[in-house]
Amino acid sequence: MQKILQIVEKWGGRKDCLIEMLHDVQTEYNHLPESALRVLSARLSVPLTQITHVATFYASFSLVPKGDTRLRVCMGTACYQKGGNRILEALERELKVKSGEVTPDGEFSLESARCIGCCGIAPALVVDDDDVFGKVNPTKMKKFVADIKKKKQAGKQSAAEA
Amino acid sequence: MEPRLSVLICSGTGCASNKSMEVMDALRKEIATRGLEQEVEVVQTGCQGFCAVGPIVYVQPDDVFYQQVGVKDVPRLVEEHFLKGRPYKDKLYVPPMGGMPIPKLMDIPFFKSQVLVALRNKGLIDPEKIEDYIARDGYQALARVLTEMKPEQVIECVTKSGLRGRGGGGFPTGVKWASARKASGDIKYVLCNGDEGDPGAFMDRSIMEGDPHSVLEGMCIAAFAVGSSQGYVYVRKEYPLAVQRIEVAIEQAREFGLLGKDILGAGFDFDVEVRRGAGAFVCGESTALMASIEGNPGEPRAKYIHTVDAGLWNRPSCLNNVETFANVPMILQRGWEWFSSIGTGDVSQDPWGGSKGTKVFSIAGDVNNTGLIEVPMGTTLREIVFDIAGGLPEGKRFKAVQTGGPSGGFLPESLLNLPVDFDRLVEAGSMMGSGGMVVLGHDKCMVDSAKFFIDFTADESCGKCTPCRIGSKIMLQSLEKISEGKATEEDVEQLERVAHEVANLSLCGLGKSAPNPVLTALRYFRDEVMAHVHEKRCPAGECKALITYSIDAGKCTGCTLCAKNCPTDCITGERKAAHAIVTDRCIKCGSCKIVCNFDAVVVQ
Ligand SMILES: Cc1cc2nc3c(=O)[nH]c(=O)nc-3n(C[C@H](O)[C@H](O)[C@H](O)COP(=O)(O)O)c2cc1C
Repeated sequence: MQKILQIVEKWGGRKDCLIEMLHDVQTEYNHLPESALRVLSARLSVPLTQITHVATFYASFSLVPKGDTRLRVCMGTACYQKGGNRILEALERELKVKSGEVTPDGEFSLESARCIGCCGIAPALVVDDDDVFGKVNPTKMKKFVADIKKKKQAGKQSAAEA
Repeated sequence: MEPRLSVLICSGTGCASNKSMEVMDALRKEIATRGLEQEVEVVQTGCQGFCAVGPIVYVQPDDVFYQQVGVKDVPRLVEEHFLKGRPYKDKLYVPPMGGMPIPKLMDIPFFKSQVLVALRNKGLIDPEKIEDYIARDGYQALARVLTEMKPEQVIECVTKSGLRGRGGGGFPTGVKWASARKASGDIKYVLCNGDEGDPGAFMDRSIMEGDPHSVLEGMCIAAFAVGSSQGYVYVRKEYPLAVQRIEVAIEQAREFGLLGKDILGAGFDFDVEVRRGAGAFVCGESTALMASIEGNPGEPRAKYIHTVDAGLWNRPSCLNNVETFANVPMILQRGWEWFSSIGTGDVSQDPWGGSKGTKVFSIAGDVNNTGLIEVPMGTTLREIVFDIAGGLPEGKRFKAVQTGGPSGGFLPESLLNLPVDFDRLVEAGSMMGSGGMVVLGHDKCMVDSAKFFIDFTADESCGKCTPCRIGSKIMLQSLEKISEGKATEEDVEQLERVAHEVANLSLCGLGKSAPNPVLTALRYFRDEVMAHVHEKRCPAGECKALITYSIDAGKCTGCTLCAKNCPTDCITGERKAAHAIVTDRCIKCGSCKIVCNFDAVVVQ
């Protein structure tokens, strides 16, 4: 609640900044919780239906939680031509989920991305928002996922120790 | 003391994902260790363009270009070049077809034929330092405009230059500005379209990341010309670095008095804010973009009232593309005569009479030199694909080049001599779009490629108008049928008919241009499409339902690599003996073909 009010304040409580606020909420909670949308609705005097319309129109927003780690496989033209769909299929097999889904333990979500503008190093995939990997190989996805898990484990441990 | 050498390191997303920032740190450390800090400066730049060979390091004033530099190369590079004063041979560019290493950037074919206007500062400045931009004559055009020119003169200069919008439609920029100036209203907006939703395009991203001030200066000049005091840059959220760089640039410009109140003491006010998109392709369309800035769903509206009269919040709004704005300061600085001397046609009577200046293209797909290029309008497809982009990788033959993303089409080999400009591309059934070019080799299927684009459109159609919403689905279903070998001739006829209907009846440019990939596939590659229908065969070997994988026993050495990598364990065979694929368990994922070192996996 406090967080949401801060976000509203950051954007000066301006109705036209709704999309920016939703971005911030999504970053904070990994999805758009209904309670947050209700707060926005009350604060901005915008009907909840209108907010839901915006929240469901744009692909960046999700009403259900995304995985801890988001794997987004680029499906732009260049990546597709260089086998982006094979990368996605390999990850679907590895994580045992379909594109658009979250693993049952909530650890990973798998998505296809619209062009991420890294056509020069196709095929590419993005981990979370800005960690780009280029020229990825579909036969190496097992190791790729294992490496991410390892890194996260190490991160958690060092955080616990500190 | 001025440093004697500048070492420029690309921090564009391509190079950064190849660890260029670690290379930069290593360089700084090594230079410090050798006590060269006073003599050699290290500069982090935006996208250099030649993404295929990143991480890129470029040394000035020696004009020496290094490719694929890793952290481990740093000590030798510093020793050879910065201490001993000779290029470090191991990391110089070597042409893909073989030959001697080429030390100088200006001798490398990829760079030689380029003419840099919008990308004039590419790889030469630190995008987070306004001083770097100013040192390269940045904001001079704005200063001249504000102190010496009237708005009408600015508009006249831009009109005469023949500049047409780089966002796809090619609308003459000066004509748009004149209408926006004439429109009645106290409050007017200048908007910059940085949505760049076309898959396969990344020029606007590179400009925003690499030279954000060129965009702000262009917007400021536009604002003065049309009489606006508030601007917005709409950037897609998928470009976090671009958002950050533009925000930094806005802050700096404000500090320098180049944005805000009373700019340069000339009594002119203009300020800019950034708005992030939220993953909807249609928001690149002008009316949808404005709806999105207002905080609404990005649905387009019919344009019988133009946005220059009633756009954002129903006020006069002048929307231009990132690259369009980046061209503007150069036109005012060097004059319209200079700009209109580059390019095709004659715009002296009719602003639509030609395509002037240069165009930035991102070139990707099956070519050796993927990356970003800027060439004069009218350069032929052949020059772009073969001379600059270095042709196709070994073993691949040219089949088509796709221009304009989902709004464009596939152009075959017979059109390679086509001069690339707005009007020639439309005549050929394609479009300039924002400038994405993807080259397809002989092993790419046209049905599959068309399906890729229609799948995109069907997904991105906002759903407001029926022809686009339903029509794109019908086209997708027909293409799926074709690629599964289940289509009849009537299906192809229906596909063609629906394509024309969607083009004619849709509300906005998304639907109007969506059928282009289908129509060009049918126009130039009909035989290949019909092979799927009549012979139930995919000549390129891509449509999964029509192909089988097998192993050529004569070529297989029994190395077992394919069996190890097969996700369904459907490859059998002893070590050192020929392997075989159990076809009914094969999911056609292609892993075996990717890992096989002996070219023994056959797709039929
Ligand atoms: C579906 C659709 C998507 C578009 N996407 C973009 C885009 O990503 N970037 C852009 O500059 N223009 C895009 N446009 C074109 C804009 O509507 C508009 O014409 C352009 O931004 C005007 O600027 P210009 O005259 O400088 O080109 C798109 C148009 C349509 C119909």
